[in-house]
This record gives sequence, C-alpha cells and structure tokens, in this order.
Amino acid sequence: MLLVLVVVVAAVILIAAPLRLGRGPAGEASASAQRADLEAAKEAKYREIRDAELDYRTGKLAREDWQQLDGALRADALQLLERIDELESAEATRDTG
Amino acid sequence: MLIVALAIAVYGTLASLYGAHIRNNVGLGGRTGRAWIASGRRAVYALFGVLAVCFVILVSAFLRSDFSFALVASHSSTTTPAFYQATAIWSSQEGSLLFWVFLLSGWSSAVLFLSRGRAREIAPYATAVLLGIAAFFCGLLVFLETPFGRLSPTPIEGAGLNPLLRHPAMMFHPPMLYSGYTLFTIPFAFAVGALITRRLSADWLRTVRPFALAAWMCLGIGIVLGARWSYSELGWGGYWGWDAVENASLMPWLIGTAFLHSAMVQEKRGMLRMWNVSLVLATGILALLGTFLVRSGVLNSIHAFGASTLGVPFLVLISVLVVGSVALVISRAPYMQSEHRLDSLLSREAIFLLNNLALVGLCFVILWGTFFPLISEAFTGEQSSVGPPWFSKYTMPLALLLVLLSGLGPALAWRRTTAANLRRELMAPVAIGAATLVVLLAAGVERRAAALAMFCLGAFVIAVVVQEFARGVRARRAMSSEGVPRAAVSLVRRNRRRYGGYIVHVGVTVLLVGVAASSTFQKADDVRLAPGERAKVGGYDIQYVRPTSRIDLASNGSLEKIDLGADLRVRRDGKAFKLHTERAYFPSNSAGLGAVSRYFEGEATSEVGLRAGLGHDLWTVVAPDTGLLDDTIERGDRVFAAATKLPAAQRAALLGETLRRLVARYPADAPPARFRVLVSPLVTWIWAGALIVLGGGLIAIWPAPFGATRRMRAPEAARLARELGKA
Repeated sequence: MLLVLVVVVAAVILIAAPLRLGRGPAGEASASAQRADLEAAKEAKYREIRDAELDYRTGKLAREDWQQLDGALRADALQLLERIDELESAEATRDTG
Repeated sequence: MLIVALAIAVYGTLASLYGAHIRNNVGLGGRTGRAWIASGRRAVYALFGVLAVCFVILVSAFLRSDFSFALVASHSSTTTPAFYQATAIWSSQEGSLLFWVFLLSGWSSAVLFLSRGRAREIAPYATAVLLGIAAFFCGLLVFLETPFGRLSPTPIEGAGLNPLLRHPAMMFHPPMLYSGYTLFTIPFAFAVGALITRRLSADWLRTVRPFALAAWMCLGIGIVLGARWSYSELGWGGYWGWDAVENASLMPWLIGTAFLHSAMVQEKRGMLRMWNVSLVLATGILALLGTFLVRSGVLNSIHAFGASTLGVPFLVLISVLVVGSVALVISRAPYMQSEHRLDSLLSREAIFLLNNLALVGLCFVILWGTFFPLISEAFTGEQSSVGPPWFSKYTMPLALLLVLLSGLGPALAWRRTTAANLRRELMAPVAIGAATLVVLLAAGVERRAAALAMFCLGAFVIAVVVQEFARGVRARRAMSSEGVPRAAVSLVRRNRRRYGGYIVHVGVTVLLVGVAASSTFQKADDVRLAPGERAKVGGYDIQYVRPTSRIDLASNGSLEKIDLGADLRVRRDGKAFKLHTERAYFPSNSAGLGAVSRYFEGEATSEVGLRAGLGHDLWTVVAPDTGLLDDTIERGDRVFAAATKLPAAQRAALLGETLRRLVARYPADAPPARFRVLVSPLVTWIWAGALIVLGGGLIAIWPAPFGATRRMRAPEAARLARELGKA
C-alpha cells in the first residue's frame, strides 16, 4: 500500500510540474515547424548529393548525367540554406526585439 | 498499481489532445497549451515508471515462487529452473499483456525524449495515440486479465512452465517479437499525428525512421528465434509451418520492409507520401493484429499459449484503428501530392516501387491464407484451412521476384540509369548467376526449377553487392589514397544506410537460399529400430547403439522430468560420430492421475539429436515405446492408492524408489523405438543469413556522430556557393 502511495505521489509530481509552472520546456517557445521541415529537406538534399556522387564514381551514372543532376541538387541545397538563414535571422530579430 | 497506470494513460491522452487543441487556438493561450502537452509527455514517462514497478513485482514473485499469486502458481513451480522462472512471465496471458504495455511505454518514452526538439506539432497527437493504445492494454489488465490475482490458501506447489517453452530461445523470442510490435506502434502514432496536423513532409519520417528500423530488426530477430525454437524443440523438424501466429509476425515485418524502402523515395524525391503513410498505418495495425492472434485464440496455432476472451476488445480496437486510418488518409489525400514523377523505369525508385508491390502482394497472400479458416466459415459454415503447399505455391514466385529486385536495386542509380551503364553494372553478376546454374547442373543437383532459380538469383545478388563494395572502395581510394581495408571501413562509415542495406540484402538472400534448399531437397524417414539395429537415411548409416534413461532433479531435490533416450552412432563417407536424442516426460499435477502414472502422463518434449553443418544438418528425434513399463506403472498406482495410511515421508521415499527402478528397467529391457530422421541441406545458412541481416541492420541504424551534420553546414554552404559561382 505504501509503495502504491509513493508511486502515485511521484507520478503526480512528475506530471503536474509543467501545469504548476504554467508553461512547457523553455526551448519549446522557439519551436519552428517550418525550420524543422527545412532542416529535414536540407539533410535529404545533402544525402542526395553524396549519393549521386557515389553513383557516378561507382559507374552507375554517366558523367554528363551526374554533372547535370549535381548542379540541380546543389542549387536546391543552396536555396534551402538561404531559407534557413532567413528564418534564423527572423527568429533572432524577434527574440531580441 | 495497474489502476494508477490506467489513470495515467487516460489522463495523458486527454492532456495531450487538450494541449494540442488550445495551442492551435492562439486566442486561448499558446503557453497553457504547451504546459498541457508537456504534462501529457511526462505522463508517458510516469506510465513507464509505474509499469516497471508492476513488472519488477511480478518477476520477483516468479523468482521467489510466491504461489499466493495465481499467475505464478499456474505458470511456474519450484522445479522450474530459475532461468525459466524469470521468463515464465510472458508464457501467461496476463504477463504477456503487462510485458507488451511495459515495452510500449518504454519505447514511447524513448522516442518522445529523443525527439523532444523535433516534430513538435505532430508529437502531442502521437503521444495521445501511444497513450490511448497503452490505456487499452491497461484496461484489459485491470478489468479482464489481472496479473495480480491472489490465491487463498496458497498452494504448496505450482503447475510449472509449459515444457515446450523451456528453451533458451524463449528467453529472447517473445521480448524481441513484442519489442518489434510495440516499436512499430511508434511510426503508426506519428503517422496519425502527421495526418491530423497535415504535416506530411519528410520531417516525421526522419523522426520515426530509426524506430521503424529498430522495430524491423527486433521483429526479424524474434521471427528467426521462433523458427530456431520450432526447429530444435517442437520435434517435427521444421522451422516454419505457415502457422497463424508465425504468419502474424511475418506480415508487419514485410510491410515494414516495404516502408523502409519507400521512405527513402519520399526523403529523396518527395514521392509516395500517401503510400508511405498507408504502409506505416498498415504496419501498426498488423502489429496489433499479431498480438491479437497470439492472445485471442481465434485461430488454432501451436504458438497460441493463451486462448481467452480478449477477442472482442481487440477486434473493436483494430476496427477503430482501421476505420480511423482509412478516414484520415482519404481526408488528407490533397495534402499528399508527390513533388516529382518517376523519371525513368531504369531507376532505383522504380525498383523500390516494384519491391513494395511484391512485398504488399506477399503480405496479402499470407493474410488471405491465415484468415482462410474464418473466411471459409463465413461463406460455407465450415472451417477449412490452407496448408504449406498452398502458401509455397504463391509465396515462392514473389520471393524469387524480391531476390531479383534486391540485386537490381543496388545496381541502379537514383532518377535514371542509362542502358549502357546498366549493362556494365549487370554483366558480371548475370554471368556469375548463369555460371552457378551450369555448375549446379553439372554437379548433378536435382532439376527443381524454383530452387535452382533461387540459387542463381542468390549468386547474382551476392555478385552485385560484392561488385558494389569493390567499386565503392576503388572510388574511395581514388579520392583519399587509403589502403583497401581502411577505404572499405571509411566507405561503410560514410554511407551507413547504403552499405548496411546492401549487407542486409546479402543476409536475406543467404537466408532464402537456405530456405529453398532445405525445403526442396530435404530427405526424411521414419524408422523403427531395436537396440543394435541400423538404418540408412540420406546417405547416413545410423545405428541405435543403446537406450538411455535418467531422472532429472530440480535444485530443491524434487523430480523435474524423466528422460528416456537413445545413443546413436552415425557413419558417412568413412567418418563416424555420436548423437543422442531423448524424450522428456514432465510430471502432471492432474488430480485424476495415479501416484506413479502422473510422472509419465504429463507434458512431454523431444530433445533433438542434431549434427549441424554448412552443407546440411542431420536431425533426429526418438519416440520411445514405454509399453513395457505400463504394467508396473498401473500396479504402482494401485499400491499407492491403497496405502492411504502411510506417513508422507515414507510414501515419498517409496515413490522415489519405485520411479528409480522403473527408469532403470527401461534401458535394460527396451523394446524397439521409432526415430524420425531428417537430412536437410543448408539449414545453417538460414541462421547465418539472419546474423548477416542483423549485422547490416546495425550498421544502417547506427547514428552519425553527434554534431556531424551541423558541422558540415558552413563549409558545405561555402562549397556550394563557390561551385555555383555565387561566392
């Protein structure tokens, strides 16, 4: 019985803490779903660039096909990086302002 | 304690949904919403803690042989070895359900903790789904199948663990299987969250991918351990019988395999969004269906150790999940348009698509065959089932197609491959596949088309992967001037997913070659031999040298089992070795049996005599004829039934002496025994293939060094800009 009581008290303290403080974890305030999407897209693009290069070097892609593909992928990646930078600048401005 | 767990699960579900609701309505206050969401997430951690306490209490009751717990009394005994006492918890219905929800809460805690900075819009809904499913299982434990039922008065002895489950594989098989099922629930929950929030880009895939891969590996290991247990414990010599419960574990694994491939297509090309979500939802539901089939007893199975009344609640849950999933997918269809179209049929994504269709087709065949008894009953009023030949007829062509695709996939580039490049990629592997056929036919291998096709395709796949590694190492060396071993390690380390996946392809191929060989070319015979006699099976000369008998005592001195066996001498090609096989008789606690006969009329298991090799296995079990002991057993029952006034200690001593004499009499005067002998080629390849799959899976799942992706960003940006002429 004592064990049940201890477990219940511990569970209540753990679960109720965010409600008592009236907010979620501090980091959550700056959550940016858009940025998460961009980061995911960036990682996927980097992987695609590396995979394309490996495909070319292992003979699966012709040189001209690879060059065309690589150029397009890098342009996409740069666009993503620029959008992430813009988003970071906007977040920084909002935080300091 | 379980009521506390149920309350936490229900609270967490509602808190997460409420938090998400008010967070989405800014007017009502985003901060409060985040607080409720955080509280819901913490409910998952709390649930894990509470269920861990429940689990520890129950395991400790098993280890202490505390028979005041009804569960311990019905599934363990003082004669059950401690090793198996610790694992007896999941041999029971109630213990299994507790273990399931305990694992679910553990994995849910892990995913929510590790992804706390990501997929924030989706996470509250995923939390609600995970806790909702946990609440369902807690509800079953509270209202229908409590593991903490007590007995009064406390029995002196328990019924013992089902002898069939006293096998080392059983220590790990259920935990791995249940880990697979519960881990597949995580991608399911996140897919539901992604659909509700309409956030269907690759972000949620990135969050759940490691868990989907871990689920796939755990379920795969569980399936293979189950096959190993069947091969060495069930006494029929097979490792796969297309049993309902076996099929139930294979189906989510197949759809999970399809998802792991198609997820890459979405990550790279933004294609197959609806397909991926559907696969994940199907995998999660099939995982629950697997648990339902094991636990409900709705279909006959050698693995269904717990027939019960859980069928209706499970059916309701699965129906709700199926209807809800279909409704969500249909309502969100406009948000799941592909970003690109298939550029060419000669591309890796085209092969992945074909592989997905084959895997889903395979799953459908197995689903149809598994539920055929219920389907036939619905239409004809009589249950009829389909057997292994039916399954083999439809699954073999699909398995061959999958092996072919697992060789073609690595040979093709993403987006498009030119015909010239494809020719160069495939020339050597095709030649090796054809050479394999010529060599096999020249060696006199029986002309069985499906098996020969599997061997040739197996050689083709292995050749493709070896070529891929060789070319990759060569490319790596050209860039870095590293030595071959270092270049190979660097290549794999930098491309874990790709090369880990290739190793998995080799493992699956080796496994399927083993399955094709052992199922096609197995030699089986049932022989009846008297001591000293011999028989020839599959090129082996087997002599029944002598019968054996033994009483095994538990650590407390009580009789655990009686073994009646046979020593065999085997000769082949001038080499000789010994084998031993025996039949173990476990005492029954049935009150209707006599004092002596209860030691022979309980459960019995076969200990296999096995000589395993890379080329083939020699497998044998003995079925001793206990007829000569029947008269003595019957007389003993009558004597002990009449001796009611004998003091307990004297009675026990006399009974012990009677059993010793009985057991000693068997080898002295043993009648002929029946032996089942199997010679199965390449069975070891199945276990070796599974180990290769495990190795490849571990490489693929191993995370990149912390911070590596962040560090890469600045130089990558500079490099990108420079090369594009913008710096």
